[in-house]
Amino acid sequence: MTQIITKPNVVEAPEGISGEGYFLTSLDKAVGLARKNSLWPLPFATSCCGIEFMATMAATYDLARFGSERLSFSPRQSDLLMVMGTIAKKMTPVLREVYIQMAEPKWVIAVGACASSGGIFDTYSVLQGIDRIIPVDVYVPGCPPRPEQIISGILKIQDLVGNESLRRRNSEAYNELLGKYNIE
Amino acid sequence: MYQINQERDNLVISKLTNQFGDAILDHELLTDMLCLTVQKGSLQNIMLFLHNDHELQYNFLTSLCGAHYPETNRLGVIYHLHSFANNHRIRIKTSTELEKPYISTITSIWPAANWQERETYDFFGIIFDGHPNLKRILNVDEMTSFPLRKDFPLEDQTREDKDDSMFGR
Amino acid sequence: MVQKKFNTGYWAKDIVSTEEPKEYNTLNVGPTHPATHGVFQNVMLMDGEFIVSTEQTIGYIHRAFEKIAEHRPFYQITPLTDRLNYCSAPLNNMGWHMTVEKLLGIETPKRVDYLRIIVMELARIADHLICNTVIGVDSGALTGFTYLFQDREFIYEIYEEICGSRLTTNMGRIGGFERNFSPKAWEKIRHFLKSYPKNLKEFENLLMRNRIFMDRTINVGAFSAERALAYGFTGPNLRACGVDYDVRVMNPYSSYNEFEFDVPIGQSGDTYDRFMVRQEEMWQSLRIIEQAVAKLDQMDDKETYFAPDPRFVLPPKEKVYNNMEALIWHFKIVMGETDIPPGEVYHSIEAANGELGFYLVSDGGRTPSRLHFRRPCFIYYQAYPEMVIGNMLSDAVLTMSSMNVIAGELDA
Repeated sequence: MTQIITKPNVVEAPEGISGEGYFLTSLDKAVGLARKNSLWPLPFATSCCGIEFMATMAATYDLARFGSERLSFSPRQSDLLMVMGTIAKKMTPVLREVYIQMAEPKWVIAVGACASSGGIFDTYSVLQGIDRIIPVDVYVPGCPPRPEQIISGILKIQDLVGNESLRRRNSEAYNELLGKYNIE
Repeated sequence: MYQINQERDNLVISKLTNQFGDAILDHELLTDMLCLTVQKGSLQNIMLFLHNDHELQYNFLTSLCGAHYPETNRLGVIYHLHSFANNHRIRIKTSTELEKPYISTITSIWPAANWQERETYDFFGIIFDGHPNLKRILNVDEMTSFPLRKDFPLEDQTREDKDDSMFGR
Repeated sequence: MVQKKFNTGYWAKDIVSTEEPKEYNTLNVGPTHPATHGVFQNVMLMDGEFIVSTEQTIGYIHRAFEKIAEHRPFYQITPLTDRLNYCSAPLNNMGWHMTVEKLLGIETPKRVDYLRIIVMELARIADHLICNTVIGVDSGALTGFTYLFQDREFIYEIYEEICGSRLTTNMGRIGGFERNFSPKAWEKIRHFLKSYPKNLKEFENLLMRNRIFMDRTINVGAFSAERALAYGFTGPNLRACGVDYDVRVMNPYSSYNEFEFDVPIGQSGDTYDRFMVRQEEMWQSLRIIEQAVAKLDQMDDKETYFAPDPRFVLPPKEKVYNNMEALIWHFKIVMGETDIPPGEVYHSIEAANGELGFYLVSDGGRTPSRLHFRRPCFIYYQAYPEMVIGNMLSDAVLTMSSMNVIAGELDA
């Protein structure tokens, strides 16, 4: 605990050709590298998982190590929507609106059993998984998941972000996906 | 394990029966708490009496909740009162027909009853006469049924992904 | 008595001229807003920066606990209580177990009572710790949060040693605990008792006499004792208004009457008082835990951790594997196939936010026929408009966080 790290970790460079004074790689990879290590999460915390997210952000687990220390409470300036906790049917239009307001490119992570599938609350008032209203990239199981699991979910998202093609958001398939959820 | 204050219980019963007579339908000791069943017509007066009487002083409304009795086709409201001065709790019960679910409000005595009555309306459809703002509180406004009645199913009926054969039903 | 520094209400009148008819703005705060710490919506009518009226909407995470409870065996309701006030889940668990024990007439051994008290007071510290550090965060002091959260992590570690889970603990069983505390758990509890006071003191030094913090909180969101009682306040929020009501003292449960502790009260019921009452309660909780540990050390019995009631205590594992009857009995308990005698009971405990009550009606079946949770948050949050009207928006944010409204408990 008292060990002080003096040498910062630097992310590895993507594949490319390097020589004296220059480095060549594809634009996709360079952009992916930048994006994945500076995700701005929007914590949409409704219940218990939100408290575990607080633990993830706090000193012991420290999500900032993965380049996500800047929480963005405005959907307009965020890349990653983290839905943590139960989404009741009353909340559904709010969540949808938040997702629509986010600027492309955007990713969604469903933290916890409730956000993924409704969890133990199989009732008339709870939405049975947020993937019924918005597309989800990564699901984190657990009720609530431990901070390690949430971090693992973020790392999975980073893999997706780093390897995403620049043209994906303009593709036919992506529009079709959004069309399924009636999002323009 | 728990204390029963027989003396106080008897005092409450005698005072209330003196004052209201037939409006007190029944009284019994359930586990550790005196439980009085009263007529819904005199509910507001009984509550006011319990609140204002200098000897009883039930100044604190601990909780208010509804209940559905399908076998008698009635809806009930259960009040828990607490007297801080005497450290004594009592339970008051009243009920109404399912078809005419009207009960007078006690928000004028305890503002704390405001949301609890709204919640009871939301869950059971009991209409509290004289409530300042009786509308749904937890569920969406568009809802038409009352979910905590026994005939209302727990699970969402619009679900299609649950295959009964896989859940053993 | 602390003197009034400035009264924002008069300020409003002085600045905005009152001659012409006023134009008010409507401001929507929530349901997801960084300042609300949960999902509540407030539609506020604003006169400049001052609140004229506010309309609350709740129910954004209504999960129908009471409806689910009518369909679950008594055992399986414990996980539901976890999710009421998720900042202090063990408190709710213990409250629920005690309710069922009251209905069944199970008398718990003294050792179980003391073990429960240790767990409950740890949970109270964990809850107050979140609330008070978040008041700090909302008034611009993030330091306390990042430092004290490490102690909360340590409490989580103790929970893990006791029951294997961090946040939603599902701790204990009807009649006691599922297993005895491990030596590691005792080691950690003792370590916590030593290490925490130092950190708490440091946190107090940061905020308690801090000029900025005092200016931000004193006389903000003040509430009188009469109104608080009428609105059904309980717990630290009521005590901050000056009423010394504590369920642990008024209706002692789980052998609390054998313990020596003070009930702190405030004077004006403002944000600063609420902060201070919670702060003092953490010290008192530490005191109670110390006494409980000392009492347990003196006890010769180190093995009892459940009431000897065969209806709810799982038979030992060796017997389950080798004996048919034990296996059947194990199955019956785990599947919740134990009939509960008919009866009605109300039991309340002093949870972190106030009186957490369980009104349980059993008709003799395997599930409750009615279970009502008296959630302290739900009852006192309705006084919020009365507390913030006339104040500034930034003060309303602090008032909200000092009331410690937990969405899971509010909406149930």
